[in-house]
This record gives sequence, structure tokens and C-alpha cells, in this order.
Amino acid sequence: MAEPAITLYRLQACPFCERVVDTLQDHDVQYRSRFVEPMHSDRNVVKRLTGSRTVPAIVDENTGVTMSESKQIVEYVERTYGDGGVDEAAGGDA
Amino acid sequence: MVGFDVVQLPETEHVAEGETAPDFTRPLVNEEYWEDRSLSAVAEDGPVLLAFHPMDGSFPATYLWNEMRDRAWDREYGVTVLGVSISDPYSHKRLIEERGMDYRLFSDPSNEVAERYGIVNDLDGMAGVEEPRPAVFLLDVDRTVEYAWVASEWPEFPDYDEIETAIETLA
Repeated sequence: MAEPAITLYRLQACPFCERVVDTLQDHDVQYRSRFVEPMHSDRNVVKRLTGSRTVPAIVDENTGVTMSESKQIVEYVERTYGDGGVDEAAGGDA
Repeated sequence: MVGFDVVQLPETEHVAEGETAPDFTRPLVNEEYWEDRSLSAVAEDGPVLLAFHPMDGSFPATYLWNEMRDRAWDREYGVTVLGVSISDPYSHKRLIEERGMDYRLFSDPSNEVAERYGIVNDLDGMAGVEEPRPAVFLLDVDRTVEYAWVASEWPEFPDYDEIETAIETLA
């Protein structure tokens, strides 16, 4: 069973995370969820990936993109996987 | 002279040696995060020691994981040690931190996994709560059970030396 290319780091009940989930689901993008703790100090895994402890954060192995901030992620998902989007990321700003 | 009665648990039809351990998917918790994982996906990479334990915070869970941590079978024999209890992922993260262990724990609040393994323990005095009875299964890569131990008393702890011998045989 192949793992999804996209990993979403999220916090339970975090509205910004849910927004990213909605966008991924709207575009039928497969993803796996990794849940982290509410305390920022307990989120070293996210810090190692993105340089910051905030969630949501995604890692997309299709494109090599790692990013945080929901607005930026939503735009990225729409650009990359939305109608008229390209399968391979066109550069990207990460 | 103070005696005490150990509670006998009823006979149970549990998953036995030679059988294939039922696969399941549950949140698997490590020291940093949790994500849905299947037992089969983990077992693909090598032998697994699957330990069902009483809820996090109970003294049997503490004793079990102290001993399992100190024995470090993962480093010694390359076996992957995994736990299962009804505790939620937040509790699992705390247990991993407090015991200072590298092992990952499945979270199964519904106790359905224990049901599939035939090892349900109804808890007296905790209405509506059931959990697995203490049990240990050693699985090879295709999830064949190489060694099985299921508690028949409450409380009861596994025979760690016996487990170690089974791991040695498999390694």
C-alpha cells in the first residue's frame, strides 16, 4: 500500500488546519495526517521541517515542497492540484 | 499474615501461536506525533512484539513499560516493540515521555482490537469501560504468531525471559 505523497501536520480542532483539509478534499488530493500537541514547545517535528512550530504544515513529496501557514498552503494546493493546475509543481515559492 | 486473592480471568479463545494476527489500523503514537498506521505496514519491515496493556497511568502499564524499555529488545534483536491500550493519543504521548522509551503505542479507545484478538477484559467498578487483558504476541513479517502470552489472572505480568528466548529464536 503506497503512502500518500502529502503529509499534513495538524492540531486537533484547529480551524486553520481544517481549512487545509477542506481544500485537499475538494481537490481529491490524498494525504496523511500527523497530529501534534497543542503546546508549541512540543512540536519539534514541525520545527525541524519548516523552521517554525506552527501548524498546519505540509510536506509534498511530489514536488519537494514543505510549507506552513494555511493561506499559503491553500493557494499552493489550488495552484498545484486545482483545475488547470499542473501535476508537477511549476517551481513554487518554497 | 496477610494473604490476598488474585482474580482468575475466565478462559478465552484468543489468537494463538501459528495463527495469523488480525490486521488493524489505529492511530500510532510516537514521541512527536500520531498518525493512522496498520499493523501489517509496520510488520512488513521486520518482526513485531505487540504488547496489549492496561490503560496508561495504571501501575501494570508503568511496570510493563519500565521493564520493556530496560530490556531494549529493539536494539538488541531488531524487533519492533509496539503497545496497544484504550488510552487516547495524548495519554500515550505522556506515557512515552514519562517512561523515556522509544516505543510506539496504538490507541484503541473502542477496544475493538482486543475483541478481534479475543482478549477483552471487562473492568469491574468502571461502568462502560473495557480494555485488553495483558497480552504479548511476537509476530514475524507475515504476522504469523510465533509466541503468544495472554494473562489468565488479574493482575499478571508476562514472563520477560520467555519472551526474550522467543525473540532470540526468531532473530
